[in-house]
Amino acid sequence: MSRGVLLKGGRVVDPSQGVDASLDLLLRDGAVAALGENLAPDDADIVDIAGLVACPGFIDIHVHLREPGYEEKETIATGTRAAAAGGFASVCCMPNTNPVNDQAGITRFILERAAAADCARVYPIGAVTKGSRGEELAEYGDLRDAGCVAVSDDGRPVSDARLMRRALDYARAFDLTIIDHCEDPRLSEKALMNEGAVSTLLGLSGVPWVSEAMMVERDVLLAELTGGKAHIAHVSTASAVDAVRRGKARGVRVTAEATPHHLLLTDQAVKDLEYDTSTKMNPPLRCDADRRAVIEGLRDGTIDCIATDHAPHTIDDKMIEFDQAAFGIVGLETAVSLCLDRLVRTDMITLGRLVDLFAGAPARVLCLPGGTLKPGAPADVTVLDLDRSVTVEPSRFLSKGRCTPFAGWNLKGAPVMTIVGGKIVFSVDR
Amino acid sequence: MTRFSGRHLLGIEPLEPADISALLDTAETLREVLTRPIKKVPTLRGKTIVNLFYEASTRTRSSFEMAEKALSADTLSISMATASVQKGETLLDTARNIEAMQPDMIVMRHSSSGAPHFLSRNCRSAVVNAGDGAHEHPTQALLDAFTLRQKRGRLQGLRVAIIGDLLHSRVMRSNLWLLKKMKADVILCGPPTLVPPGIESLAPCTFRIDEAIEGADAVMMLRIQLERMSGGFFPSLREYHQRFGLTEARMKRAKNNVLIMHPGPINRGVEIASEVADGPYSVILDQVTNGVAVRMAVLFLLLGGSEVAS
Repeated sequence: MSRGVLLKGGRVVDPSQGVDASLDLLLRDGAVAALGENLAPDDADIVDIAGLVACPGFIDIHVHLREPGYEEKETIATGTRAAAAGGFASVCCMPNTNPVNDQAGITRFILERAAAADCARVYPIGAVTKGSRGEELAEYGDLRDAGCVAVSDDGRPVSDARLMRRALDYARAFDLTIIDHCEDPRLSEKALMNEGAVSTLLGLSGVPWVSEAMMVERDVLLAELTGGKAHIAHVSTASAVDAVRRGKARGVRVTAEATPHHLLLTDQAVKDLEYDTSTKMNPPLRCDADRRAVIEGLRDGTIDCIATDHAPHTIDDKMIEFDQAAFGIVGLETAVSLCLDRLVRTDMITLGRLVDLFAGAPARVLCLPGGTLKPGAPADVTVLDLDRSVTVEPSRFLSKGRCTPFAGWNLKGAPVMTIVGGKIVFSVDR
Repeated sequence: MTRFSGRHLLGIEPLEPADISALLDTAETLREVLTRPIKKVPTLRGKTIVNLFYEASTRTRSSFEMAEKALSADTLSISMATASVQKGETLLDTARNIEAMQPDMIVMRHSSSGAPHFLSRNCRSAVVNAGDGAHEHPTQALLDAFTLRQKRGRLQGLRVAIIGDLLHSRVMRSNLWLLKKMKADVILCGPPTLVPPGIESLAPCTFRIDEAIEGADAVMMLRIQLERMSGGFFPSLREYHQRFGLTEARMKRAKNNVLIMHPGPINRGVEIASEVADGPYSVILDQVTNGVAVRMAVLFLLLGGSEVAS
């Protein structure tokens, strides 16, 4: 039995056990050893977390680590350090690397690099189709055995309904969830932002909300037909929330995530920031009615979890004309503070609900270990300081990506320590 | 002397009515210069202006050049369609290089909406938007307003119909803002596929051209970009002309002495019949003439030139 770590004097918030109390937390041998009052083991290093909140390690199930292939944008090492600094103990990385993660060898490479980085945990997501070309299914059995926790052709939606049917059906053999980026490619062609009054004023071509909504409807129906598990990535429209809500009510195996930027910003940001490319992402920022519907989905459980869609790009990809710039913003190092300040402090959701959205729920959605502090669970802990004031400063990000529409925002509440497998991988000097 | 509040001219939307009046009044004063035997004043002597054109343009670019020369500015025109952009240089690098030569102003035309905003954030020079994507073309709206005021003596209360490809038109957007700010009544018209969403919150919109023309003081026709055909916005140029084109017969619904306007270049027989474009009510060439005076006013007010001495 190795020496343990005792987190002492903090408030433990763990919705998976219905716990919100002043408790000590003992971690040993990579697992949670005990959770209780006044623990006093004689062979543990004591970490004083008085005044802080200890939660199950946060999990972000939608991250682009860019390696292999786009190491100038991000690497597994920089991305996992950014994750830890943002309070995430685990991330699931999307397969749109180069080459695409559509076979076991690439999955193993990603896991090797993650092990070498020795920071946040990495759970790879495999491709739905070979090369994410939308033609033939990838080998899900191999991918699962190599360590993939789900499959997705993120960024390149599965447009062929028959193929999507086969994928949902076949994936049942391996209990894999299909994560779909829902949009109709033809309706979205050349689109740069949400279609509406703001795109009209800015003279930018827009994508209508229907593009997302009809694909979500399709996926819910195909999940119903096959009994497969569909997870809807970055839900951004009211109609998509509604489609998921109706599907769940019928007992369809569908889950959904929302990003902080879709919860907090609207397409008006593109105008307010005068075409700044930090407002260009896919799906785009929507109108306020959509934003409020996504928050409502978060409150009533239609939306299962929060994920960042962390999509780092180089300065060269973003410091150009709006129509030519890459889609995507970084999110790992801003998500938790944004949600604490703008969702919890405004009483839109409780702290317990937020912890579930970031920890328990993502673990349940993709059947990952963690998301709980029950004894025996992985010793992954996120420690929050609800009173800490932070300013979003992209130049201080550990991610290689610096593009965020939240630059300069003053937020209250921040992650101050991240523990993975009992080891402190990130800590703020207090 | 009249004043103008901004440092750049990126669009009409951010302007106050007083700014617009200042620009139009100044253009009125400067127009006189163009009628002199020697069409030149030393107002902007020693100022350097770079015309950076990323899109082909005949009218706008020559109009800016003539305005710059009439005010004695030193000018340099770069057609980026044939320059370093083909060598893969970014807009930022081009802007930095031009900045290194310390010009006072950059006049830019670009196919990307928002490119002038990007430029203005990244350089010290005054930036004038000479048309950006489908966003704005402020000097076009100013010269249109100048022409309307010249012919009708006012803008307030005029009924102006803007007809055609509303979706892709920066001219429409700038004119809409300007005419609304100056309290003219605007009615928009185009096939539903070329009406941008939400526009009806800014001005009434109809799909029937006769309704738009009814009682109009002025009709502004917008160019149909022939490449729009590939987008499937309407079935044929034939049907477009029949249903949305301006013909002599249709003009009868407008007021007597209606003003027929077009930003150019015109597609004869598509959005406008030749008899109308060349007819007695057409002020299309007056628009071009006035473009020089209006652009002189923009340059003058942004660069803070000295009094327009004789």
